[in-house]
Amino acid sequence: MDNSGSNSQADYRNREHGSNSASQPLWLLAELTYSCPLQCSYCSNPIDFKNSGEELTTDQWLDVFAQGRQLGSAQLGFSGGEPLLRKDLEILIREARQMGYYSNLITSGMGLDAGRMEVFHKAGLDHIQVSFQASNAELNNRLAGSDKAFRQKLEMAREVKAQGYPMVLNFVIHRDNIDQIDQIIELTIELEADYVELATAQYYGWAEINRDQLLPSREQIARAEATTNRYREELDGSGPKLIFVVPDYYEERPKDCMNGWGNMFLTITPDGMALPCHSARQLPIEFPNVRDMSLEEIWYGSNGFNHFRGYGWMKEPCRSCDEKEKDLGGCRCQAFMMTGDAANADPVCSKSPHHHLIEEARLKAETQDDVQPLILRNARNIDQALARKG
Amino acid sequence: MINADSVPAINRHFRLQWEPAQDAHVLLYPEGMVKLNGSAAEVLQLCDGEADVATIIAKLQQKFPEAEGIDADVMAFLEDAHGQQWIQFPG
Ligand code: SF4
Ligand code: SF4
Repeated sequence: MDNSGSNSQADYRNREHGSNSASQPLWLLAELTYSCPLQCSYCSNPIDFKNSGEELTTDQWLDVFAQGRQLGSAQLGFSGGEPLLRKDLEILIREARQMGYYSNLITSGMGLDAGRMEVFHKAGLDHIQVSFQASNAELNNRLAGSDKAFRQKLEMAREVKAQGYPMVLNFVIHRDNIDQIDQIIELTIELEADYVELATAQYYGWAEINRDQLLPSREQIARAEATTNRYREELDGSGPKLIFVVPDYYEERPKDCMNGWGNMFLTITPDGMALPCHSARQLPIEFPNVRDMSLEEIWYGSNGFNHFRGYGWMKEPCRSCDEKEKDLGGCRCQAFMMTGDAANADPVCSKSPHHHLIEEARLKAETQDDVQPLILRNARNIDQALARKG
Repeated sequence: MINADSVPAINRHFRLQWEPAQDAHVLLYPEGMVKLNGSAAEVLQLCDGEADVATIIAKLQQKFPEAEGIDADVMAFLEDAHGQQWIQFPG
């Protein structure tokens, strides 16, 4: 699963038009499997992805979708890992369409071909998002840990358009590809993308341990943003809609993660765990499983989903802060990863006593002193990755 | 410019549907949703790629005989909807 803040994109786009009644799981993200043929160093899947429980069956997924629809879910994302590895994907798509979902396939494109895409189209799939690592074969394939990835992705992107799907191209942006953002945008224009997400990695899962190698410098970001704006002006409404998401590491206030905890997003992991956000699995909170509880109980009644709703859980400086309704204290996962306590202020906030951790990371991105090599996401590297995480 | 014989259709990248949980019509598109107010939904439901603007206005006038200034409202809404890319004018 790409780690690019595409969820915050969803909430951004939703919010653009306002008027979403609060607290319905509008966005249901089905992580169908953690398996994946690629090895992206910015992957948001848990480091120990091999040791999660057994994958949900087709019927269990269909039951989750039906319950979600009852609760008001309208957008359904098929994600992973690589969702194409699920042999029952066509069935899931067809049934979801019949329930009235708008369905999004979020894929690396590996394992797709024109025939399967057509089958999905007939089954009622609404949209395909293809992720790329870079704008040229050499870098793309190095970042994805695969020799064939780039050619396959190009072919699939062309096929997505040929079959009349709307297409989002997603590029996870980091220090190795950010200086080629002009070439990336050129490629998306050539491929006739409808939306392009140029989103810097969020540092969860594998991306957390690779952060020092991934985080661009402030100067790199400023340049990339200027380039993106120049293309926006040139395109003037024609061509792809460019969405550039900067890492919150260079902000002084955090983002209100997921539009509020348990407010709009519901993620189901391959083994049935229900999460308010796709990176929440790492938190020391017991999250419910769809095998044991109905989605309604999970959403409204479970401890995991009520944990960070409202403001009662906050500590200082958030508790008495007059900005808490704006950012809700930021990202719980980031607070946990960096400070060890998920109820602390997100260290991105300059009022946080841990803000120096963010400043140190920025400095490291600047100087590249003492930076450890990238660890690619694969089963062989799990031990090494866990050791680095400490 | 939109005029009386323009023929609007919902942009094929959007889907118009009734959402019980929202108690409203919505437009769904990649990873997003627009909740529509009543009058927007009335107009968009008539944008079927066959009826021209004059026909749409006539139908609405028939449905809401008391309403005044429907034509101006519909025109303004269609301009806006076109700007948001919710509708297209095929052919
Ligand atoms: S390895 Fe890459 S393609 Fe596979 S799930 Fe992770 S981010 Fe997605
Ligand atoms: S102190 Fe907490 S609530 Fe206030 S701005 Fe910072 S993160 Fe937000």
